[in-house]
Amino acid sequence: MLWNILKFILENFWWVVLISFVSIVAARIAYRFYKYGLTRQELRHILQRAPFYMVVVFFGFFAISPFMMMFLHTFKADGDLYRRPQPFVFRDEPTLEHLDFLFNNTDYLYFIRNSAVVGVSVVVITLALSLPAGYALARLTGRWGERAGILMFLVYLVPPTVLFIPMFRIVVTFGLKDNLLSLILIYPTITVPFSVWLLQGFFKAIPHELEEAALVDGYNRVEAFLYVVMPLSIPGIISTVVFAFTLTLHEFLYALVFISNTEMRTLSTGIPTELILGDVFFWQPLLASALIIAIPVGLAYNLFLDSLIQGFTMGAVKG
Amino acid sequence: MAQVTDPQKHYSLLDRRRFVGILFLMPSVLYIILLVGFPFALAIAFSFSDVNVGDTSLDFVGFKNYEAVWNNSIFREVLLNTIGFTIVSQIFILIFANILAVVYTQDFTGKWFARFIFILPWATPVSLAVIGWLWLFDSKYSSIDYALLQLGFLGPGGVWGPDRNLLWLARPTLAQISVVFVQVWRLTPLATVILMAGLSSIPNDILDQAQVDGSRFFRTLFQVKLPMILPIMVIALLYSIITMFGDMTVVYVLTRGGPVDYTRVLGLYSFQVGIDGGNLAQGAAISLFAFPLLLAIAIVMLRVASRSEVV
Repeated sequence: MLWNILKFILENFWWVVLISFVSIVAARIAYRFYKYGLTRQELRHILQRAPFYMVVVFFGFFAISPFMMMFLHTFKADGDLYRRPQPFVFRDEPTLEHLDFLFNNTDYLYFIRNSAVVGVSVVVITLALSLPAGYALARLTGRWGERAGILMFLVYLVPPTVLFIPMFRIVVTFGLKDNLLSLILIYPTITVPFSVWLLQGFFKAIPHELEEAALVDGYNRVEAFLYVVMPLSIPGIISTVVFAFTLTLHEFLYALVFISNTEMRTLSTGIPTELILGDVFFWQPLLASALIIAIPVGLAYNLFLDSLIQGFTMGAVKG
Repeated sequence: MAQVTDPQKHYSLLDRRRFVGILFLMPSVLYIILLVGFPFALAIAFSFSDVNVGDTSLDFVGFKNYEAVWNNSIFREVLLNTIGFTIVSQIFILIFANILAVVYTQDFTGKWFARFIFILPWATPVSLAVIGWLWLFDSKYSSIDYALLQLGFLGPGGVWGPDRNLLWLARPTLAQISVVFVQVWRLTPLATVILMAGLSSIPNDILDQAQVDGSRFFRTLFQVKLPMILPIMVIALLYSIITMFGDMTVVYVLTRGGPVDYTRVLGLYSFQVGIDGGNLAQGAAISLFAFPLLLAIAIVMLRVASRSEVV
């Protein structure tokens, strides 16, 4: 049943997109006419808004076009995909065999697990290190703390491309090659400097009278931080989590150099190395693997976007 | 409340500002020194030695590696590519991010879905997203080429010649355009989010005042909003420059630096020399060339940001 619906959408993809778009626009305009009447002013309002929506649609198309092709081509049979020329419509029946291949014949699920393990661990370590450090820089250490904060930011300027060669030596020396621990240990070098800098600004924006009141009430400084400041810092923490997770998910170079055992690879390196064999590209599974990650992560980010912006506003703008 | 009178509590170490400050800061500082400071020092040491995969002992050779790298014509091309790609991409990213930030801080129908779409490129791991583009730029099955063919730009009688394919990644200029295009595509969402934070931090009374004074949309935008978010624009730009300068993923997946060296960038080149070629010392020297450049850019930009904040 579900497959039949999906098949219908795939086979009539452009019609589905066009009709749903047009009907939403039409419904919206009709609703405004119903509410405000068919006046000249109302017509002018709609015409004035049109360029704005055109900008939205233009950039939306720019952002989503590769994902639309990923969606269509995931379900294309080999013959249909490689027989030229017709990339935009289905001439053979859509097929699920490539999704089946991706989940059952490759280590995709391992890659997802590894990425999740590394991502969550790195986020936890990043928070554990950068929350206290950010607070210390904002409130406890005065002028030299400010300088330490700038130095922290400068650490961010040392990209992985500078560090990966010595890091490789260190990882090999400690016997951590092909072990996820190497990534968990090293990824915070990318996330901590930025998080400390962001959180420091965030803590500065919280009125310090609150902590002073807590101190008068008999809390010590650590308790004041844990029970008064932390609950007020949720947007800052969310921003940090999203940034740390994104950087980890995207990281490619360390993962490529430190891990050469297929089962231990993360998404970013596992997919390109296992599904591209020399000149042979398994295109449908490759495209599917990207889309399957993009949609849930994109939905989660969209959900947190307001907190993210709020955290960033306080952290980077006012701090 | 009873704790206020507890004298023991008051003299606890955890009440001392300096002590707690150091306690809180120490773990991060130690971590950074151990895992950034030490490897960075090691990278510098490598670059002055003759270390390679076969012979891992560090023998000091002075500036030999830097001389070799600097006299290498490929390296100069790589350096120019990196700088060129970064500058051109940043111009587009800045323009697009400004437009999008203004758009997405307004209310409009379908905003939730539009935001979801625009955040997708940032939510996908770079290497996987770039594989999507690799498919769209394919030499034979490119969907872009097919669309151009249908529109009459390609194929016999088309403006761009009788060929049915543009060969995006095999022609020097087109390959460079493709790389810049993909970088703009993937970095714009992040810059937009940062600028949205800047726009939403503008106090409402300033915008109300502008409206009371009769300022229309574009006038408010160019004379109030954009000047006010200038510092945050500089931060967004800096962040995006750092990300791009240190990036090798896009070119690694898309072109491996080809055709010839037209899309090779510093990160990729030091990987190819240092890891693929096994010459760790020269790889380190190549990647270290980027650091002073980035440092200079960062210092100038942070100065600009902090100066305009005072005004």
